[in-house]
Amino acid sequence: MVSEAQIWAWLEDVPDPEIPVLSLVDLGVIRGVEVCDEKVVVKVTPTYSGCPATTIINLDIETKLHAMGVQNLHLKQQISPPWSTDWIKPEAHEKLRRYGIAPPKAGSPNCPRCGSANTELLSQFGSTPCKSHYKCSDCLEPFDAFKCL
Amino acid sequence: MFEFLLRMGDNTLVLGHRVSEWCGHSPVLEEDIALANISLDLIGQTRMWLGLAGEIEGKGRDADALAFRRDAWDFHNLLICERPNRDYGHTLMRQFLFDLWHHERLADLCLSEEGRVAEIAAKCVKEADYHLERSKDLIVRLGDGTSESHEKMQAALEALWPYVGEMFTDDEVDTAMKEVGIAPLPSRQRPRYDAALNAILSKATLARPESDFTHRGGRYGTHTEDLGHMLAQMQFLQRAYPDARW
Repeated sequence: MVSEAQIWAWLEDVPDPEIPVLSLVDLGVIRGVEVCDEKVVVKVTPTYSGCPATTIINLDIETKLHAMGVQNLHLKQQISPPWSTDWIKPEAHEKLRRYGIAPPKAGSPNCPRCGSANTELLSQFGSTPCKSHYKCSDCLEPFDAFKCL
Repeated sequence: MFEFLLRMGDNTLVLGHRVSEWCGHSPVLEEDIALANISLDLIGQTRMWLGLAGEIEGKGRDADALAFRRDAWDFHNLLICERPNRDYGHTLMRQFLFDLWHHERLADLCLSEEGRVAEIAAKCVKEADYHLERSKDLIVRLGDGTSESHEKMQAALEALWPYVGEMFTDDEVDTAMKEVGIAPLPSRQRPRYDAALNAILSKATLARPESDFTHRGGRYGTHTEDLGHMLAQMQFLQRAYPDARW
């Protein structure tokens, strides 16, 4: 029988469909894993209620776990407590920065390229619902910043 | 409770669809993306409200069935949500008047004694929060902008004002919800709404209309003609090809 720790380890290999440098575990959308007899229950929480990636996330979890031999899989949506950017693992912040996305931070984000704090909000909504669009006033590069939710 | 959930879900569904009509047509790219995102949030929220409504009803209807297989008279949204987009100022004013109400309403519902309602509200209120931030900012910038933008925002306010009062009317469903601790009466929210509204309007140099007249009926299924046209488009696919999937 497969252990809960094994399921978690497999899920750490499933990338977020929009931000593939983060795994679903990094993103904090996996709320729990339960293994009971042959049945595996994975509890998943949506990020933004309208995030189109939600169904893809579920599909990716199913695909991964089926590939690893899990037959009896149940995905449960758990909306409480609601997801916020605090659920993103601290170690994932550095991955985001290296990918060119400013990690969530109260106040203005720092430019992920040059590190400058001198940044300007261009649009509250960026390329995905979870990001805002900024410009660095020092290196002049535009960049996406994770919205603090 | 089914009726209460329908009202919540129909508000976000109808307004979410209206806002989505701007997709690809907005004046600038950033606004296009912003509206598409807000629309997605609202439709995502709909899925939770109507999903729970279907569960409570217990007749096997899910959120999709409720969204796509009901006719206009079975929709119980506030009339303001179905008002057509018209110009951009009008769209933003409608959004602002709604967001201001929606945010407060959700904050109240976070305290609901019905756990599932409180859970959904807690999820939605975080999104309503940044929707409102954006709406407030734009109303002030356009109201207190050029003389043309000011005029358009004032005209939008006058046109939409008769649809604001409906947000705060109480009926037997509201009384029942209050008695079981699910939701406070909508009328309780009015003083808070007015205080916040007056503050923003004065910053935006817009004049609050004096009349207290309000249209009502949306919450009982009596709609403006515009909802039917909107549903014809929104529901076409599921009506023509029931259970179509892709």
